[in-house]
Amino acid sequence: MSQSKVVDARNTFCPGPLMELITNMKHASVGDVLELLSTDAGSGADVPEWVHKVGHELVSNENVDGVWHIKIRKTK
Amino acid sequence: MRILVVGGGTGGTILANNLARRLVGEIRAGKVRLTMLSASDQHMYQPGLLYVAFGQMAPDQLYRDQASLLEPSVDFHVDPVERFHLDRNQVKTRSGKTHEYDVLIIATGARIVPEEVPGLSEGAETFYTEEGAIRMHKRLKEFQGGTVAMVISIPHKCPVAPVEAMFLLHDFFKARGIRDKVKLRYHYPTNRVHATANVAKWAKPEFDNAGIEYETLFNLKEVDPVNKVVYSEEGTECKYDLLIAIPPHRGMETIERNNLGQGGWIPTDRFKLTMNGHDNVYVIGDATNIPVSKTGSAAHFEAEVVAENIASLIKTGIPVREYDGKVYCFIEAGYDRATYNAFDYVNLPDLKPPSKAIHWFKVAYNQMYWTTVRGLL
Repeated sequence: MSQSKVVDARNTFCPGPLMELITNMKHASVGDVLELLSTDAGSGADVPEWVHKVGHELVSNENVDGVWHIKIRKTK
Repeated sequence: MRILVVGGGTGGTILANNLARRLVGEIRAGKVRLTMLSASDQHMYQPGLLYVAFGQMAPDQLYRDQASLLEPSVDFHVDPVERFHLDRNQVKTRSGKTHEYDVLIIATGARIVPEEVPGLSEGAETFYTEEGAIRMHKRLKEFQGGTVAMVISIPHKCPVAPVEAMFLLHDFFKARGIRDKVKLRYHYPTNRVHATANVAKWAKPEFDNAGIEYETLFNLKEVDPVNKVVYSEEGTECKYDLLIAIPPHRGMETIERNNLGQGGWIPTDRFKLTMNGHDNVYVIGDATNIPVSKTGSAAHFEAEVVAENIASLIKTGIPVREYDGKVYCFIEAGYDRATYNAFDYVNLPDLKPPSKAIHWFKVAYNQMYWTTVRGLL
């Protein structure tokens, strides 16, 4: 059964939100949705670029009160 | 009060020594007992492995007897924990002994798992073990020219190590007089040459100046050691003559076997450093799942916070500090220049131009480390 998980990478700089997401994605199963929380200004563009290149599915991407909420479904 | 420290690396050793000093009266009076269980009687200075790979430190310079680093009041045993019974405040060791505790500190660290990437162990050199660092140095000495590729798997210890290694490779081949015969290629998992924006901003022009080529969004998938090709999850590939890899890491096997955390990383409160759901269990260093660098520096600052809080809880019943995410890491920018990366949960790293002074301070710190783990620096 597919699962949802929040990866809280707010206020972290090294290794940073995208690294945290990739690390968690490795442990996820195909179909799982991960929601990344990030305060890094670049995440709104950086994360979709990686998701597109590697071939996962970007479910949603929004900034709420300075926090990026980016949902990604693992597809492979 | 029985305090049990599991793990004798940087974090566990600093914490045990710090606590032993803060609680000297309580230990003498028999009110507190401080025990450490570790898998080894040796303590390794892991950052030194990078220098071994470039022939700048000898392997035996990286070790001290663990017992010699500890305050005499720490009851030290080489007897790793096999089973954690957190519901009963007990652990069981390899020798079969059971240790009961009132407060437990888990500082078991991380391990490399190159076997998770097909072909990596056969096809790549690495400096994350003593054996690997020695072999990598030999390969570098014998190398006569061609493409040297760096690939990175995550998560891994010391996020700046791959950047440092590239600058050292540049100076190594320059010193050998064959830099013009070597193509240096760097492959990184995120969109920039380093995951930390300000490190990337600094490193990119430095790479350009050194003639280091780079490809971003390259997540290591597999290595073909026969045809000497490395492939990414993103569908790209690189042909190499010498492959240097940062292998993927996991938490220690005992953590996974006891179901304490996915991937061996224990769910931990990023401020209190307590294990989620267990107020009398602290986790420090690489073993946590908190989103900070897996480095000795983070383990060091976390150990000081936890030691101060445990001592304060015993003396006053109140903890006094929270971990603020502080990390300080040197970054070697070649044979004779270095800068540093310092940040916390609030303040971004702001890298200064590399200097000889910081490089020499790093060289000095390679020896001063032994005073740090004794809790003196």
